[in-house]
Amino acid sequence: MSGWRNRGQPFSSRRIPGFAGIALATFALLYAPIAILVIYSFNAGLSIAIWEGFSLKWYVQAWNNEAVQEATLRSLGVASVAATVATLAATMAALATTRTRPFRGMTAIYTLINQPLMVPEIVTAVALLIFFAIIKVATGYTGIVYLVAAHTAFCIPFAYLPIRARLESMDLSLERAAADLYATPWMTFRRVTLPLLWPGIMAGFMLAFVISLDDVVITEFVKSAGQETLPTYMLGQIRRVMTPEVNAISTALLLAGVVFVTLFFALSRKR
Amino acid sequence: MHDMAVEARAVEARAVTKIFGSDDSAEVTALDDVTVSIRENEFFTLLGPSGCGKTTLLRLIAGFDHPTRGEIRLHGEDISHLPPYQRRVNTVFQSYALFPHMTVAENIAFGPEMLGQPRAEVARTVDEMLGLVRMEEFSARRPEQISGGQQQRVALARALAAHPRVLLLDEPLSALDLKLRKEMQIELKRLQHETGITFVFVTHDQEEALTMSDRIAVMNAGRILQIGAPREIYDHPAERFVANFIGESNLLRGELGVVTSATGTVTLSSGVTLSASVPDGAVRAGAGRTSGQTSGQTSSQTLVNVAIRPEHVQLAASPDAGTLSGRVENVVYFGTDTLYHLRLVTGEPFTVRMQNTRDGSPDARIGDTVGVSIRAGVAQVLQD
Repeated sequence: MSGWRNRGQPFSSRRIPGFAGIALATFALLYAPIAILVIYSFNAGLSIAIWEGFSLKWYVQAWNNEAVQEATLRSLGVASVAATVATLAATMAALATTRTRPFRGMTAIYTLINQPLMVPEIVTAVALLIFFAIIKVATGYTGIVYLVAAHTAFCIPFAYLPIRARLESMDLSLERAAADLYATPWMTFRRVTLPLLWPGIMAGFMLAFVISLDDVVITEFVKSAGQETLPTYMLGQIRRVMTPEVNAISTALLLAGVVFVTLFFALSRKR
Repeated sequence: MHDMAVEARAVEARAVTKIFGSDDSAEVTALDDVTVSIRENEFFTLLGPSGCGKTTLLRLIAGFDHPTRGEIRLHGEDISHLPPYQRRVNTVFQSYALFPHMTVAENIAFGPEMLGQPRAEVARTVDEMLGLVRMEEFSARRPEQISGGQQQRVALARALAAHPRVLLLDEPLSALDLKLRKEMQIELKRLQHETGITFVFVTHDQEEALTMSDRIAVMNAGRILQIGAPREIYDHPAERFVANFIGESNLLRGELGVVTSATGTVTLSSGVTLSASVPDGAVRAGAGRTSGQTSGQTSSQTLVNVAIRPEHVQLAASPDAGTLSGRVENVVYFGTDTLYHLRLVTGEPFTVRMQNTRDGSPDARIGDTVGVSIRAGVAQVLQD
């Protein structure tokens, strides 16, 4: 007992025996597979498990692969539109849930906004598949809009959280000061609230963008024929022959993800 | 109210009540039927402990909240339900509330810009304000790059830049250290004098209120207890709360005797009779009115509290020479003066503050029996 609850000193994880070991093992398990994936993306041979020398040929091949190009552009396009619309909706929702007098049902609305985080993704996917199928039959339209709409929907809570956090931490007396200095509600929003909220909005956008870029399950269920995104294309490739080309694409995606998440944290912390 | 028609009223609160919270949550009455009128060009202070309603009253004048009952008037016009951006009133916030994403100059320009002033005029106003608060060389800095005292000055400049008719100050000095606070007190007085704008100042610091104000309203529990010039409030507190909140007071129980206009005799429990000031309304029902020549005198038996300031009385030369006498229980030396804590014959505590002069102060020690001399007019009868 007294081993880690020592002489009135505050609790410290350092005093738990084996804590450091467990932490190290966890990190190793988390990152070793990713490290191996990245290493084999530079493999000169065909295998994703036997090292045959350094080469960039899989990157070149992926870059020149028309299917990859098409899927990448589609992914970026869907993510851009979905993240933009989701961020816009999330900003309005965040304003409505922080800048109004508390109203009846506000907690319910808050739960509804965040519901996609709780519902298993596969449930949403199946629901959307059925729902969109009905519309597809009724209208005959099978374009990209379904995919964009689906992505927008599950991106909203991710964009909402950082925006709401920033609004809640903002000093309300700033907006009061603006009103005191003759700014109408709209001018207060434009000149004070929005500029101060901007880093939060950008952070929300980044997060939504990455989440959209990364999605497999919902996309796989919702997409029509010929609407591969990068993740679903990769999934299709793995079912056939695995070459280090998949590693190369994954590494590129990983890099994009790291860049976006870094930006997200930088923006979230900005004063 | 004798000067009703003559003087211009900058701000008036008429029977203002503010109740916070509704249906589910418990109601809190922050202001209870408050009526006050603030004159043009005066430095008016709302003084009271935290939760007394002073900040609520300020927020009602600024427009951040609206009264539950009653009305707020600005130069005679009812503004109770106007939003803050339609009131020619500006606020210096306790937290300063400077816009962190704008420079000092942009902060100051905000009000004039929102009023739609032309660019050249805005620039002129900003320069003028920077000069007024002596912040010229900091105009391009961001609020986080200047000190607290400088932020305070920028907040003042920003509020004054829109040329308000009334400036509201919400405990603006509370975040500053003592030295800076003293400097800013003088600075604020100077600004008020130079600009001729009515200042409504909120504070819980009685010394700050006494040194800066033309008039003070002492508040407690959502009500205004007394309004008057600092000296008037200090020398003639109307109620026990005021007597204790502003400075220190000895409180003694006594029986009110003959009252002639504003002076009366009070017989203390020790049997000693004093002459004391009697405020309007101090004598309750049954004792008749105290004012004017019509009633002239009253002489019924009314128990009252009498307040006596420790520095307004003196230790007498001998135990029998004074009006009161008591035993010295403690002596506290303060440098400029000395406090003598006495226990009177009646058992009541009593404090005397004596200035330490060169030619020697009385050599009273703990356990000695001393006399206290009280000059006429020093004692004050309280309303409660």
